[in-house]
This record gives sequence, structure tokens and C-alpha cells, in this order.
Amino acid sequence: MTAITLNGRPHVVGGDTTVVDLVAETVGRPLGPDGAPLDGRRLGVAVAVDAAVVPRSRWGRTPVAEGQSVEIITAVQGG
Amino acid sequence: MTHPAPRAASLVDPLVLDGTELSSRLIMGTGGLSSLHTLEQALLASGTELTTVALRRYAPGRGDSLFAMLERNGIRILPNTAGCYTARDALLTAELGREALETDWVKLEVIADEDTLLPDVVELLDATEQLVARGFRVFAYTSDDPAVARRLEDLGAAAVMPLGAPIGTGLGILNPHNIELITSRASVPVVLDAGIGTASEAALAMELGCDAVLLASAVTRAQDPVAMATAMRHAVAAGRLAAGAGRIPARRHALASSPMAGRIDTDTPAGTPDDGPGADPAGVPRGDWAPVGQRP
Repeated sequence: MTAITLNGRPHVVGGDTTVVDLVAETVGRPLGPDGAPLDGRRLGVAVAVDAAVVPRSRWGRTPVAEGQSVEIITAVQGG
Repeated sequence: MTHPAPRAASLVDPLVLDGTELSSRLIMGTGGLSSLHTLEQALLASGTELTTVALRRYAPGRGDSLFAMLERNGIRILPNTAGCYTARDALLTAELGREALETDWVKLEVIADEDTLLPDVVELLDATEQLVARGFRVFAYTSDDPAVARRLEDLGAAAVMPLGAPIGTGLGILNPHNIELITSRASVPVVLDAGIGTASEAALAMELGCDAVLLASAVTRAQDPVAMATAMRHAVAAGRLAAGAGRIPARRHALASSPMAGRIDTDTPAGTPDDGPGADPAGVPRGDWAPVGQRP
């Protein structure tokens, strides 16, 4: 098991979890290895690991490591 | 299921932002309404084709539906960096926005303090330079300082967006002279962003030469957001048309619009000819007095 911080809160994931797995679990939609939603609609989500953006194309190849801080962000109402 | 409203033929010439044509010159923010349904109705009533959104941590049922609603209605999204106090934070937020929403456009906000929400222009200029270097199209939310607007343009901003008044105040355009200085010297689009409270202020922004108006609170916090959105749609179009229509000079004294010739005369004997046809001389404005919004 791997202990991380997800959106500011402690979170535990399986040992071989990648960013794409974590995003799919968080948004509740199945994603392909390229990070694209299988339902065909756009995702509207971005990820930063330890304050660095991880491009969607790399989600499937990016393992989530012990102690990392992961931010999953999306659009919300604002000016 | 809401279907996109058919876009009415526009009354005004299109707005061109970074090579993209938009038929509406009203850009709407999305903050300030708790009901996503009311927001959707207001956006559709406003006729906007571009809306700003903020970027925040994903929470189930929070952002997903906003994104889906904007997608469904074919409204373009301009992610902002609201809440950032430093160029460093703004850069990371802009990168996340680009990644999440698949756009190079960013509304760059770097604020100085939370009481005024005024732009920190030192951080703003720094962030603009860095974002332009990274390939972003920067829509810079700035103060109403013409010198700063010029600097932003020099750094490669795609548009400058001076405030009329602090965000959310509804105080209108506090320094119309500065806004007009900015619009008269800019070679990139100028968007009046923040401070608008009611329709006349949106129209004034356009009359001062702005290319577009960006507002949120004026609509989303109005008692009837849909009615105010409709008002703003017409105000922006009216202001644009008026700005290009060549307004009359302001005068100190009245100038009759009805002819003096041919009036009935109850004091002279019947049969006296009148002064004959002839136009009144056009009035000449006295002195150099001109109200705000009147271009020489």
C-alpha cells in the first residue's frame, strides 16, 4: 500500500497505482491508458504531483509514489 | 436535457480575440450563483460565447457538471488564475487550466490582497512575460493604469482587461478617463473587467472604446439574473453601436430640432410672408467642453 496526500487529505492507494488509476477512481469514470474517458465526453481535469503538472499523456506511465502530494483539479464557477 | 439556444444574428461587428471571432462582445464570469440551472439560463440570456471559470480541487458533483453544462451549450471556456497572489502560483494554475480545459487561453489574475482584490501589477507583468514564453495567450486582468496596460501589451498579452472598479463592488467605471486613454492607445483588444453594476455602465464601457465587457456579479448576484443578463446583452450591443455611430457634440445651449421658419404668427396681420424656407445653422459647440465618452 502507498500513502499519499490527495487534494490535501491523507489517502491510501494500491502499490502499483498510476495517476490514471487515481484520476479514474476520483472522478468515477473509466479512463483509457491515454487518460481519455471511455464515455467519449471530455474530462476537464488536470493533475499536479508535488506542484508539477503531469500531462495527461503521461498519466498511464506515472506511478503514484509514497509520500507524494497529488492535486486533481477541475473547473468551478468563478469570475 | 437543454439544447443550445440558436444564436441570434448579431447586431454588432464580431469581436476578434487571438484570431477567434465571437459574435457577442459580452464575456461572462460564472461565479456568484448557487444554482447551476439559473447560471445556465443567465448565460444563454446574455448571449455570451466565452465564459471564465476558476480552477479548484476536484470534488464529486462540483466541477464536473459546470464543465458539462458549458460543453453542452457550446460556450468557450477561459480558465482564470483567481486566488493567486504570486506569479509562481499563477503559472502553475495556468498550466493546470491548459491541461484540464485544453486551451492556451488564460485569464491572468494576480491579486495583491483580499480586501481589494486589486491586481499586483509587479507580479502580473512577471507572470505575463513567463506565460507568453510558454505559449499561453494571456488575457491580463489589470488596474486602470494606462502605463501598465501598455507594458502588458509590449510583453505580448493577447488582450488587456482593466478594471472599472474592484471585483464585485458594482461601483461602475471609477476612472473613465483612464479607460479611454487605454482604449485609444491599445493595439490589442481591451476588455473592461470588473466593477460593472448595471446596464448603463456596460454601455459606457463600450462607448469609451472597449472591445468587450467581462462581468459576473452584476448578473449572478442580481435579484433576477436572467433579466439582468438580457439587459447586459443589449447594453453591450447598444454601447458598441453608439461608439461607432458618431455621436453629436455636447453643447452648452439648446439647439432646436424643429424649424423656426413657417411658424404661425398671431401678432402680425394676415398675409405677411414668413421668413421663407431655410435650415437653421448647425450649432457650434462653445469652448472645449466635452463630457466623458465623447471622442474629439
